[in-house]
Amino acid sequence: MIQTAELLNVFQQYRGEAIVIPGRGGRHWVKISTSPNLDAPLGDPAMGGHASFALGLALAQPHKRVVLFDSEGDVLMGMGALATIAEQAPRNFYHFMLDNECYATTGGQPVPNAKNIAYDVIARGAGYPHTFAFDKLEDFSHNLKAILDLPGPVFVALKVVPEIENEPIGQRARWQTRTRDQAVKDLQKELGITG
Amino acid sequence: MAQTQEAHLSPETVIAEMKKNGVTHVVWLPDSETNWLYLLMQADPTLQLVAVSREGHAFATAAGLSVGGKTPIILIQNTGLMESGDSLRGWALGLNIPVVLMVGYRGWTRHGVTTDTAATYTERFINAFGINYYLVENDSDAARISVAFEEAKKTKRPVAILVGDEYHGFNR
Repeated sequence: MIQTAELLNVFQQYRGEAIVIPGRGGRHWVKISTSPNLDAPLGDPAMGGHASFALGLALAQPHKRVVLFDSEGDVLMGMGALATIAEQAPRNFYHFMLDNECYATTGGQPVPNAKNIAYDVIARGAGYPHTFAFDKLEDFSHNLKAILDLPGPVFVALKVVPEIENEPIGQRARWQTRTRDQAVKDLQKELGITG
Repeated sequence: MAQTQEAHLSPETVIAEMKKNGVTHVVWLPDSETNWLYLLMQADPTLQLVAVSREGHAFATAAGLSVGGKTPIILIQNTGLMESGDSLRGWALGLNIPVVLMVGYRGWTRHGVTTDTAATYTERFINAFGINYYLVENDSDAARISVAFEEAKKTKRPVAILVGDEYHGFNR
C-alpha cells in the first residue's frame, strides 16, 4: 500500500497546468500543490459525486487536463458514473482512485468486499480505454508519465494506507484553507470564466 | 370527448427555450415521455447530451459543467429527483449552482385525486429543499422556462420546471 502524501508528491512533479480535484487526498494536496488556483479542493459536497463533477469540469474545459483523486467508497456509491464517463470519453480526464479499503472518516469500517474488487477491471468493463492498478509507489512513479501521456479517460486504482479518523466531526481539525465558494471563484478566475 | 393536441407542450418549444437560454449541455436520464424531445436534442449540434445512469449523478455533473463555464440543464423525472436528494443538497445547493431542473411531473393531474405517490411527494420534496419551481403544462406556459433560467442565474440556485403535460407534451 502507498502513502497518499507520497504519491501526491510524485504526481505534483508531472502536474503541469492540470486542474486537480484532490478529493480524499485534499488534506495532503493543499500542502503539496504549487498551483492552488487550479485546484478544486471541495472536500465532500456529497458522497459518490466526485467522478461526475470531474467529468463535468473536463467536458467544460476540454483543453485543460483534469485530474481527479477519487476514493473507492465514492466510486462504489456512484459506479454508474463510470459508464457515463466512458461514453463521453473526455480525452483530458485522468481518474485516479485512492483505495484504502475502508470508510476512513467514520472510523475505518470496511467497504463491501473491500479486498476483492478489481476497480480497474470494472472501469475497463465500463468502457475506459486505459486502466491501471498499483499498490507500490515505485511502480506508480515509474509509470505515471506514460499514463499522463495517454489520451483519456484513464483510470488508475491505487491501494493506499488508510488514515482513519475517529474524532467526532465537530472536533476534527480542518485542512481546508479556503471555503468551497472561494476555491470555485479562484479556479474560475484562473480559467478566465466570468459571470 | 377525446383530449386534443391544442393544449400541450411540444418538444420543439422546449428546445427553443433551451437554445434561447444558451444551454450547452443536457444532463439527463430519460423518462417515459421524453423520447421525441430526445430525438430533437440528439439532432441539434449545439446541444451535448450527457446521459447519466442515476439521476443523482446529474447534479454533480451539472455542477462541474457550470463551474467550468458551461450552461447545463438537468432533465429528469420527479422520481429521480427524489432519489437525488443528497446530491441536490451537496453539489447543486452547496456549490450555488445556477441550474434549471426540468422535471417530468409524473402523476400530475388537475382533475380528480392523485393516485401516483410520485406526484404526491414531488412538491413537498422541492419545498423541503427551498427550491422555487414553475409548472409548465403547455406551450402557452413556456415563457416560464426562461423565467426559471433568469432566476437561477440571479440567485445562483437551482430552479425547477415541473412539466405537467405528461401524456401529450413531449410526444408528438
